[in-house]
This record gives sequence, C-alpha cells and structure tokens, in this order.
Amino acid sequence: MNSDVKKRLLREMLFARRFEERCYEAYVERKIGGFLHLYPGEEACAHGVLEAANCGHDYVITSYRDHVHAIKCGVDPKAVMAELFAKEAGCCKGLGGSMHIFGVEHRFMGGYALVGGPFPLAAGIAKGIQMKKGNEICICFLGDAANNQGTFHESLNMAKLWNLPVLYVCENNLYGIGTRIDRSTAVVDQYKRVSSYNIPSNQVNGQDVELVYEAATQAIEHVRSGKGPYFLELMTYRFRGHSMSDSNAYRPKNEERVWGKRDPVIMFRDRLIETGEITQEDFKNMDNEILEEIEQEIIRFADESQEPSMELLDKYVLVENDPYVTGGSR
Amino acid sequence: MSKMMFWEAIQRAYDEEMTNDSLVFCMGEDIGVAGGTYKATKGLYEKFGSERVMDTPISENGFTGLGIGASFLNVRPIIEIMSVNFSWLAMDQMFNTAAKVHFMSGGQLKAPIVVRSPGGTAHQLGAQHSARMEKVFMGIAGLRVVTPSNPRQAYGLLKSAVRCDDPVFIYEHELMYNMQGEVPDTEYFHPLIGSEIARPGGDITLFGYNISVHWCLQAAETLSKQHGIEAEVIDLYALSPLDREGIVQSVSKTHRAVIVEEAEPAVGVGAEVMAIINEECFYELDAPPVRVSAANVPIPYNHTLEKSVIPNAQDVTAAVLKVFGQ
Repeated sequence: MNSDVKKRLLREMLFARRFEERCYEAYVERKIGGFLHLYPGEEACAHGVLEAANCGHDYVITSYRDHVHAIKCGVDPKAVMAELFAKEAGCCKGLGGSMHIFGVEHRFMGGYALVGGPFPLAAGIAKGIQMKKGNEICICFLGDAANNQGTFHESLNMAKLWNLPVLYVCENNLYGIGTRIDRSTAVVDQYKRVSSYNIPSNQVNGQDVELVYEAATQAIEHVRSGKGPYFLELMTYRFRGHSMSDSNAYRPKNEERVWGKRDPVIMFRDRLIETGEITQEDFKNMDNEILEEIEQEIIRFADESQEPSMELLDKYVLVENDPYVTGGSR
Repeated sequence: MSKMMFWEAIQRAYDEEMTNDSLVFCMGEDIGVAGGTYKATKGLYEKFGSERVMDTPISENGFTGLGIGASFLNVRPIIEIMSVNFSWLAMDQMFNTAAKVHFMSGGQLKAPIVVRSPGGTAHQLGAQHSARMEKVFMGIAGLRVVTPSNPRQAYGLLKSAVRCDDPVFIYEHELMYNMQGEVPDTEYFHPLIGSEIARPGGDITLFGYNISVHWCLQAAETLSKQHGIEAEVIDLYALSPLDREGIVQSVSKTHRAVIVEEAEPAVGVGAEVMAIINEECFYELDAPPVRVSAANVPIPYNHTLEKSVIPNAQDVTAAVLKVFGQ
C-alpha cells in the first residue's frame, strides 16, 4: 500500500467515524427514526477488505449495520443520509431506512435485517456470477452472532459443494446484540467452525486496517482464482451499543477500556504520523474538512430533500407493467 | 391441442424456458439425477447438466435464499420445494427477502424467482406431509401466488412465472400430477392474474382453485342433472392477487356463492372471497355466502378419518342445496 492510498484510507475511515457520529446526533434530534446500528470501532474491517476488492465490480452484501459498507462501495453519502432522514432523495427513496441501504449501480446489494439472511443470498449472487461466467466475486459481511443461524451452515455447505466465488467476512465484535459470544456460542473462534466444510479461513486483528487489507487480498485472490469460498474472521469491537435502543450495560467497563485503546482510526493515524507520512496538523485539517462536508453538504442535502410522495407506495410492491402478468409477451 | 399429463406439461414448460434462456436454471431436492419426485423435471439433468439442474442438499431456506440471490443478477431459478410442508422452512427467505426486496430497495432490485411446491392431502401421508398452505403465501404483499387446476394452466402459468420479474409461488397438488388434459401445441403464456369460468351457469357461483375446482365441477353436474340448478364454476388460479372483478361479476349474475377450499377455514381463501363479496357486491346477494372447508384439525393418518376431514363433491352439493333451502 503506497502512501497516497494510506492517506486516502485514513481519510475514508475518519469520514466513516464522523458520519456515524453525526447519525447518532441526528437520531437524538429525531431526524432519523426506527433502528440505527452504528459502525464506530469497526471501520478497519469494511475499509481493509473493500480496499482489497474491486468495488463497483465485485458484489457486496451485508447486514443492517450497513452505511459504511455502502459508502465505501461508492454510494453517495448524501443519498445515504437522505435515506436515513427518510427522504425521496435517499438511495431507496425513503422506503428502506438505515437497515436497508442499497446501491445496486455500485453493486452494493443491500443491507438486510434478518440476522444471517444474507448468507444464502451471497451464495446465490456467486451462483449468478458463475452462470454468467464473470470474474467478479461476492463479498458478504456479517457479524459473529449470525453464525448461529442455520443459514450459515446451509450456505457454507452449498458454497463449497458448488465451488461458488464468495468471500464470507465475519466481523466478530464479540457480542450478539447484548449477549457475549462465549455465552451464546460453543466455539468462540469462528474461523474454526468453517473447517467442517473444508473451506479455508483466517483470523486477523480487525482493528488494523493494513493487516485486514493483507489478509483480504489473499482471501480475494483465492476466491477470484476459482478455488471456491473463503472465510475471513476479523476480531473487532463496536464502540457503541448494538443499536440506539441499546443501553450497552452488559459490557464490562474494563473490556471497553482495553478495546477503546485499539481504535482503528487512531491507531492508523498514529502509525502514519510515526512514519512521517502525515503530521498531527494534517490530521486535524482532514478532520475539519470532513466535519464541514458532513454539516454543510450531507446534512443540508438530507434536510432540504423532499418527503417521498404517496404514489411511491404502490410503485414497488410488484414490478410495474410486467407483460407476462397478463400472459402477453415482451 | 394435445393431451398430456400434468407433470408432462410442467416438464415441457421447464424444457422450453431453459432452452429459450441459458440463464434459467432449476434447483430442488432430487430433481436432477433422480428425475424429480413427481417427474416434473424428468430428463432435464441429462439435457442441461448439473450446473443448471441442481440437486440441492435438504436445506430449504438455504437453497431458496441462494435462488433469490442469483435472481438479483437476473439469473432465473425455478425452485422446487419437494413438499409444501417443507416450504415453511423457506418462508424466511421468501417473505423477508423475495417479497420485500424490490420495495425496500426503492425499486433497485428485483427477485424474479419461481418456487413450485406440491401440497394438499394425498393418501395417508400424516400430519406433517398433508398441509395446505396457500393461505399463508397469499397473505404476503410482494409475492404472486398461482395454482393450476389442469395441465394447460400448469404449463402456461410456469412459463409466465419464469419470465415475470416478480417472485411467483406456484402451489400444485400431489394428487394431480397424472391428471390428463389438453395443452396448446404452440407456446402459451397463461396470465398470472384473473380467473377462469370453468363452467358457466346462472343460479349460483362455486369458487374453487386447484383440486377443489374438480369437486365444484362434479357437484355442478349433479346439481344440474338431479336438482335443475345451474352452477357457475369459477377457477381462481390466481390466489394473490385475487380477481376481485371476476368474483364480483359472477356473484352479480348468480346472486349466490359457495367457496370450496381443501384447507382449514380460518384466514383462508373462503374467508377472503367472502370479504371481497361483502366489500364489493353485498347487495347483489340473495343468500349468505357459504364456504366448504377442511375440518380444523391436523390431518390424521387413518384413511377413514383422513377422508372425513377433507371436503369432496358431495359436500359441495350439500352446501349448495342448503343455500337453496333444500
């Protein structure tokens, strides 16, 4: 990774942090409704993996903690924020919300709110790639707790059986909503669980974006070269509760302190300062620019966008004017 | 027109659609090497190969979800779920993903999947292999539900379902795969909406779908010959959306209605058709509508008990006579 790439990645991760923090404030201001699951603490996971992928070409799918993945794939942050504000200029016209961000033109295939739901969808996207003889891969990001769904096992089995080009990325943040992993899961190391399907796997520190990038590069190379699925476990931690309605009372303070010192943005910043690639001043300027952009462009855009029209309600329940519905032909 | 069996009509639709479009593929338990439990996919594995005719593991939710994911790329899976009883396992993916993804993505994604599944009460298959589940599927916005009553519909509905951009659930009956019927020799796409007049009549409307159309037709013959009552039989091959207009038209003509369903009465087709009649043409009625349904019990293994809980043509005849006060 050259210096320019590192600086850009740092900026993107800092942007993701500030974007999510601003979402928190907007939620408190009641501009964002429903459930809101934020990403601070886990930025190195999405950025490290997707930096190694070919965004816009490879397909990406994830869970309800999806804003940052969408933005890294190329979805306009203004359209994401407008979606959170439930406006018509939102990426899903205000019909999706925080848990359902989509950016299909960037091959971001969406955020899904049933834990473990995207496992088979990702295998299916990979099946579609295989049938179209493309060289894309599908990357599926899910949390550790999703691995206790049946879809985890069903999908790994089929992905291996049919040699599908899918990379499963497990963002292991140690908690399934409010239950610590060792209280819900017999095998705590998630990468070990896929060995029963003969799928190669790796476990790395998910707070270090460079380590994630390296591991993801290898994983993606494996999948793209036609060798079938791969499972990458990233050890991470979310700095906030599961969602905004989570009091976060279940985590020991000491644990939070320890992980707080492994802040992926701060760690990467300090490393780049140490190597002389940036200065403290550069970082401050970068931060100010980002804060300004979020406030002046993104929040303003979302605020000033229109409410969706009632006509949207009927428009997307079923596909409009499909000739085969009436037995006609195209 | 030529006569063919119900399963042959389905197999023909598969064969034509897979020949027409190399991105159509099919998947399900035992559909490939074994040729399909009801032969609907017979010969396809040999013709199209294992990539397009996929024998799946017994993972209904998983492989249905896989089909949905593939459909995001406009690859078109025809998913067979061996028995409708097993489709309960795939409801998560069908309802939470396929039925909602077009809407919640603001129109960005479509899920053009077809799920075919046979159900109904066959012969002594017991409580967990005798379900009639259409009522569950037809209650979900974003999903089309159709159910053929003859080989022509089985062929034409599957053809349209494959090409339609919406997710379509096709409910078939385990007892009907060997039924013979006329199917057009040329390619035919059956509408996925509407209803058909299976027998015209002016005195009362019998609403049926799938196997119950045949009970209605038998009852109509008896009523005509023995009681001088001319029943109109409406085939509700589209269960979601239901043909409100067709229902109203027939009831406005006959002024009486009996709805016949193989399923338990609660929250079912009968209840829904009655609601539509109430909402749209209540004052056309000369008598309260009646439904003929299964008993509200799990299906028993014992054959005598099993037969007693499922309606038949005699039950339909008796219900009609009661409507006429006979």
